[in-house]
Amino acid sequence: MLAFTVRRLLLAILTIWVISVLAFAIIQLPPGDFVTAYIAQLSASGASVSEAEAVSLRELYGLGQPFYVQYAKWIVRVIAGDFGVSMEWNRPVGEVIGDRLWLTMLISFAALILIWGLALPIGIYSAVRQYSIGDYLFTLIGFIGLAVPNFLLALVVMYLSFRFFGANVGGLFSSEYELAGWSWDKVVDLIKHLPLPAIILALGGTAQLIRIMRANLLDELRRPYVVTARAKGIPEYRVILKYPVRAALNPFASTVAYLFPYLVSGSVIISIVLSLPTVGPLLVRSLISQDMFLAGTIVLLLGALTVVGTFISDLVLMWVDPRIRHQLD
Amino acid sequence: MVEPRAPGSPILSVRDLKTYFQLDEGIVRAVDGVSFDVQAGRTLGIVGESGCGKSITARSILGIVDKPGRIVGGEIWLRRGADQPVDLATLPANSAAMRAVRGKEIALIFQEPMASFSHYYTVGNQIIEAIREHSDATPRQARDRAIALLDTVGVPQPERRIDEYPFQLSGGLRQRVMIAMALACDPRVLIADEPTTALDVTTQAQILDLLRGLQQQRGLALILITHDMGVIAEMADDVVVMYLGRAVEKGKVDAIFHAPRHPYTRALLRSIPSIMAAPRTKLATLGGSIPHPFNRPAGCPFHPRCDAFMTGVCDRAVPAALAGPDGSEVSCFLYGERP
Repeated sequence: MLAFTVRRLLLAILTIWVISVLAFAIIQLPPGDFVTAYIAQLSASGASVSEAEAVSLRELYGLGQPFYVQYAKWIVRVIAGDFGVSMEWNRPVGEVIGDRLWLTMLISFAALILIWGLALPIGIYSAVRQYSIGDYLFTLIGFIGLAVPNFLLALVVMYLSFRFFGANVGGLFSSEYELAGWSWDKVVDLIKHLPLPAIILALGGTAQLIRIMRANLLDELRRPYVVTARAKGIPEYRVILKYPVRAALNPFASTVAYLFPYLVSGSVIISIVLSLPTVGPLLVRSLISQDMFLAGTIVLLLGALTVVGTFISDLVLMWVDPRIRHQLD
Repeated sequence: MVEPRAPGSPILSVRDLKTYFQLDEGIVRAVDGVSFDVQAGRTLGIVGESGCGKSITARSILGIVDKPGRIVGGEIWLRRGADQPVDLATLPANSAAMRAVRGKEIALIFQEPMASFSHYYTVGNQIIEAIREHSDATPRQARDRAIALLDTVGVPQPERRIDEYPFQLSGGLRQRVMIAMALACDPRVLIADEPTTALDVTTQAQILDLLRGLQQQRGLALILITHDMGVIAEMADDVVVMYLGRAVEKGKVDAIFHAPRHPYTRALLRSIPSIMAAPRTKLATLGGSIPHPFNRPAGCPFHPRCDAFMTGVCDRAVPAALAGPDGSEVSCFLYGERP
């Protein structure tokens, strides 16, 4: 079991390294570099940059060097905890990202909890009462949730709450706390703002997971071990919860691994629509301006978080499934 | 129908049991008027091809027929000591009264010991659950009892095996554990639904020996469901031959084997491989196959496959059960009145 964990850990590190190479390479793929984008931006606003200035800028960021030299320099500094300086913001990348990273995590995590909290009981209900009115109703709502793009939903919710409650639902903080330092009141304010983006973000995933849970459980409900449990005289609800639900939970647990990246990437557009201070909008902007240290860092961090999430879900799966556990011994 | 509780009176009496499945395409009469009695210390063999309603009969007795199946008629009388007998067919499937019977008074052993256990819990957990459901045993007592049970059914090193998962055990051991689980609450009736089908021949013999030994020790009434006439010959005292949800012949095991009356019983007996047969001769098979449930033949359901088929008789009416000597019954127009 220890060997398995160590092997998984090494694989995770390897994956993160590959992600870092890919992230750096993809960011450099578009023609030009930060300086060309910067010059274009300046000339759009009427200013101009001399050739000498451009050369010195390229010198400053080491843009003239070959890819692997740039990458090596970058990754060495990243390992040391220095993510470089954002070219566009002229500030250290760590500072630019600031609270955004963990706010992204917080929203994604809230959405994940919500998805689980909703999908699990609804999925169980839908399977146990297959083809009941409730099942059809949840199926209908689920498919609507799946079909409606969540940025559209975000717009609709924003419009409705503005129209009927006069509330501005954008952002994660009220205006008085937006720039304020962290305090207890700010945390409370954050918690108040959290449900709406979390619900919007969770809807599609919930619909998906309800279907997965329902299908899994329908499979398991027909297994002979369920009849065995019934034949022992155990009350029906305990039969269901202890045996088939337990078995259906396994694939359910492993969905976390793919749900997490879905949530993070799904949150980009919602974050722009709802003007949430997450890394999503920052990433989009940094990609447009070819701010490679900022973009690279964000892609790397999100990738690393996803890998860590997968690693954790592997460990959880190993812990909950005796078959996996014993295969490894 | 309350019968006098004389010694030797049956523990379980099934009367005209009907379990139907209401499907969109029509009604499937999985069990269509089956009657039999089970006595303490005796073995009733229920035999027939797959799909003849054997397993549904067993599940009907325990009230665990899967939807959309439902007991639509008949009585299932369980006699319990000095108490009034109770008709299990009238108890709601998930009622406390029915659950008190399940596992406690009537226990079930299943065909596939692999699929019949959950792989997420140790075998101990699954046995102890049954013990604690029907008694006030503490976890410690229940565990000790489970270990003792495993020992009884011949599981080596029960103290260690109790904490293992089903997938860590061999097929034979799993079936032993399954039997231990069925015995957890000292039931008076044990229903074994194809208990040896999934096992290899040597293991089969061991499991049958074990069942017979347990029956003698505990005076169990055993209902043995099988398609294997060999198992019936070895184990059963009384036999019910089922075809398409009906009991076509009933009788003592000797009578069934030595003087079978129903053409279906005869055909089943012919299809037993014999060690005395000349080498390389073809094994007799039963012509045709079981009709589709929605396409039930009119008249006697067996007539399209019957070698004694009488035109104008067998395809017109369903033969009634005709009582014979020694409690035997046969439902065939070869005997008794014809329409």
